[in-house]
Amino acid sequence: MGQAPVTPSRRHAAKAYLRALGAVLWKDVAAELRSRELVGAMLIFGFLVILIFNFALSLDARTRGTVTAGVLWVTFAFSGTLGLNRSMAIEKERGCFDGLLLAPVDRSAIYFGKVLGNLLFMLIVELLVIPLYSILYNINLFIPELFLVILLGSIGYTVVGTLLSSMAVQARTRDLLLPILLFPVVLPLLIAAVNASKGILQGFERSEIMFWLNILIVYDIIFTAVGFMAFDYVVEE
Amino acid sequence: MIEAKKVVKRFGLKVILKGVDFHVKRGEFVVLVGPNGAGKTTFLRILATLSRANMGEIKIGGFHLPRDAASVRKILGVVSHQPLLYGDLTAEENLEFYARMYNLQNVSERVQEVLVLVGLQVRRKDLLREFSRGMQQRLAIGRAILHNPTLLLFDEPHSGLDQEAAAMLDNLLREVAAQGRTVVMTSHDLLRTPGLASRVDILSKGVIHVSLRGADLEPQKFPELYRSAVND
Repeated sequence: MGQAPVTPSRRHAAKAYLRALGAVLWKDVAAELRSRELVGAMLIFGFLVILIFNFALSLDARTRGTVTAGVLWVTFAFSGTLGLNRSMAIEKERGCFDGLLLAPVDRSAIYFGKVLGNLLFMLIVELLVIPLYSILYNINLFIPELFLVILLGSIGYTVVGTLLSSMAVQARTRDLLLPILLFPVVLPLLIAAVNASKGILQGFERSEIMFWLNILIVYDIIFTAVGFMAFDYVVEE
Repeated sequence: MIEAKKVVKRFGLKVILKGVDFHVKRGEFVVLVGPNGAGKTTFLRILATLSRANMGEIKIGGFHLPRDAASVRKILGVVSHQPLLYGDLTAEENLEFYARMYNLQNVSERVQEVLVLVGLQVRRKDLLREFSRGMQQRLAIGRAILHNPTLLLFDEPHSGLDQEAAAMLDNLLREVAAQGRTVVMTSHDLLRTPGLASRVDILSKGVIHVSLRGADLEPQKFPELYRSAVND
């Protein structure tokens, strides 16, 4: 059986979808370039977490290698939550979220626009946190495979985080609600990301690392699909 | 343009709308008045596709809600007491963003047209957060009419405005309505309402009690009719 032909109306709808997605991303980046609130707060928080761990653990060189993955992902997860909360709070100010929902576009375009924005901010923070961590803990983190794990982990984290923050933003106690909803759901992702990172940093067998990498990939695919399907229901009053 | 029959909305155990019947013809300017908590905003949010009714039937411009919500959004412009605009974007950027969300062509031209219409062309490069409340509300009207909707919903657009800004907003509302659009507005301002509307419906305790037109909207008569409907 042949594929269904791509009709002009379908092409038009796809163009409108991508245009709306791009508009949401552009809006988030433009607003952030002006205010520097979100990345700034995430960055300061990330630096502080690393600094606190550095002094609190005062580790020897060997132990440093074993805890690096855990400390890194705790830092990313906590600063990521801060970013997700702020990203949705901006939408709630002046009723902007309603403005987005009123647009005659498939609402998943709004969701993916927000996901891409949150992912971009999270990756920027991670790229700045890594050199600082390398200096403070005297450990080389500039390993291409580690960057792949960070990318996959961040995708899963923002895909789930954006969906849950869209839900939490409707509640009065949104700042408290997001971590309570988010951490149980991202626990498998964090376990896989920590283990994959640890495996790379400590030179584990490739097959062992691949197991955790596969979990990350499957998690990302499943929750991207869940976000795509559920966003419309999550934002409905 | 709008046909709503027996619309019911509950939040948990609390029934906000208890079977609202509401019909609006094309080109009408209808104001829904009622005391706080009467369900005006809830009803308007249902018409705006931002909320779903638990029961009842709603058709807007021939489209059924919630089934054809995306089609309804194309012909709908909404102004609420919040501007639905971003503080860290300029007036121009805000409108350009929404123009892209509505997939408009010739974005720059349309944005400039609207900025002129709402009298903010000179301030187009200023950030929204530097605007007064009145200016934000004017830009919000600009956002709502950007895609030339045939139906406009206003949810208490005067709230928080001083007298001068409210009068300016009234002129803009008349101008927008004069272009043949259907307008539904909620308000609890009994003095301002009759001057704007071709019909006033009184919503109280989750139902529409009475529809008033013509002589009933005269300033001497209207407040008395309103009080008797609300206290019924």
